[in-house]
Amino acid sequence: MDFTTGATLQAVCEEKKISIAQAMKEREMTLGNVTEQSVMDRIGVAWKIMKDSATTPIAEPRKSIGGLIGGEAKMMKEYRESGKNLCGEMLSRAMSYAMGVLEVNATMGLIVAAPTAGSSGVVPGALLAYQEVKGVSDEVIYNGILNASALGYLLMRNASVAGAEAGCQAEVGAASAMAASALVEMEGGTPEMCLNAAAMALSNLLGLACDPIAGLVESPCQTRNSIGVANAYTAAEMILAGVKLPVPFDEMAEAMLRVGKSLPFELRETALGGCAGTPTGCALGCKICKK
Amino acid sequence: MNSLSIFDVIGPNMIGPSSSHTAGACAIALMARRLFDEDVKKVTFTLYGSFSKTYQGHGTDKALLGGVLGFATDDPRIRNSFELAKERGVEVHFIIDEKTQVDHPNTADILMEGADGKEMFVRGVSTGGGKMRIVRINQIDVDFTGEYTTLIVKQFDKPGVVAHITKCLADEKVNIAFLRLFREDKGANAFTVVETDERIPQAVLEKIKKNENIQELMLIPM
Ligand code: SF4
Repeated sequence: MDFTTGATLQAVCEEKKISIAQAMKEREMTLGNVTEQSVMDRIGVAWKIMKDSATTPIAEPRKSIGGLIGGEAKMMKEYRESGKNLCGEMLSRAMSYAMGVLEVNATMGLIVAAPTAGSSGVVPGALLAYQEVKGVSDEVIYNGILNASALGYLLMRNASVAGAEAGCQAEVGAASAMAASALVEMEGGTPEMCLNAAAMALSNLLGLACDPIAGLVESPCQTRNSIGVANAYTAAEMILAGVKLPVPFDEMAEAMLRVGKSLPFELRETALGGCAGTPTGCALGCKICKK
Repeated sequence: MNSLSIFDVIGPNMIGPSSSHTAGACAIALMARRLFDEDVKKVTFTLYGSFSKTYQGHGTDKALLGGVLGFATDDPRIRNSFELAKERGVEVHFIIDEKTQVDHPNTADILMEGADGKEMFVRGVSTGGGKMRIVRINQIDVDFTGEYTTLIVKQFDKPGVVAHITKCLADEKVNIAFLRLFREDKGANAFTVVETDERIPQAVLEKIKKNENIQELMLIPM
């Protein structure tokens, strides 16, 4: 069994009356010639790494290699615990976790690229906060990860998830679309709603530049991951409330790729434009590279 | 799996910060170490292109050295690879070459020496998402990814050698995904690189070795 577009994925799900998570699992078992057990074991390993990378920097913050980040996840947690947080329990937690993963990444710690290292905070951040607040089991989360991987696969196959190719809208945008879709499925939404949530998440970040200061995956990448989670939650909530985006997922993926290709070279991971190209960004770049 | 897997999306599990500059670099060096097949006593890395410019901020140097020490891309020891190399008495040199033009922006050369003076040179390129290709071994241009079980046969470039190799594999029912011959000069040394979907049993290697034109075999299981 295989599917290559959002439309065919939806058709498969509707015909077989299965979820996106189930369809992705079956696809892996057929094409990879592996057992369900081995797929779920590997998902379990990934989830453990995701959780560790989201939580360790809160307990043990450390400075990144480039020195631009370190300690933010802990700051977010402390602010939330002060009760002054604006975003509510789930989002405030998710922001802290997503930012934590980026701290682990930037200190040469172990992370799961999802779909890339630069956007690796979004999926774990969104899912871990969801699990803690809603009190769901790991099995529910594993299905969320399977669902997210289906959307990520379609974007890798039919669009792009590389900042160097299509900007941050492709990296954090894809991660956010994956998380939005996973949240909708875990909340009982249909495959059609999942695809629509992913399309909406993409549309909300359309055009976002990739502009890492000093060329390092630190700033603004860390705070972008926080935006990625917020965008995933808002898209999921809008879809669950019945709001619709008129553009289907496949067309949105194509639009994202086209926008990405039309971004100037300076805004595609070259550290020449955007945040990196500001006088302050340039000065930091020079300082870090001379170090 | 030939098309994208769940774990190409949710993965690789890797030491950060960059799939191309950290994980890909480690993967090149780990493959080099597996090809060398003994402990490395002295290693010289030459970094080109983007590797030469941003290696420090991405820990490319630590990742390369970690790979040569035998660490996989998800091994947390990568962070301390310089200290660990020192403990193991490995002599480490880095050459940063920003001038030489290379075909691929993320290129690294690795020259390894063992205790008995054995030497091997490997050039690899990091192609994104943690993936890599080995493009040179010693004086010979090659091209393989390590995503399959890979058998590298060092041989004299004589007629019938490749036929001998494929026959040995066919006899054991090993299905070949890719097979390519890479030559230094006509009639001189050559490498046959065979990539297979299945594992290659030891018995096949013994059979292949029987041909007088075979010099050396390197088997890299997936
Ligand atoms: S700014 Fe670029 S490097 Fe940073 S997260 Fe976005 S796409 Fe990745």
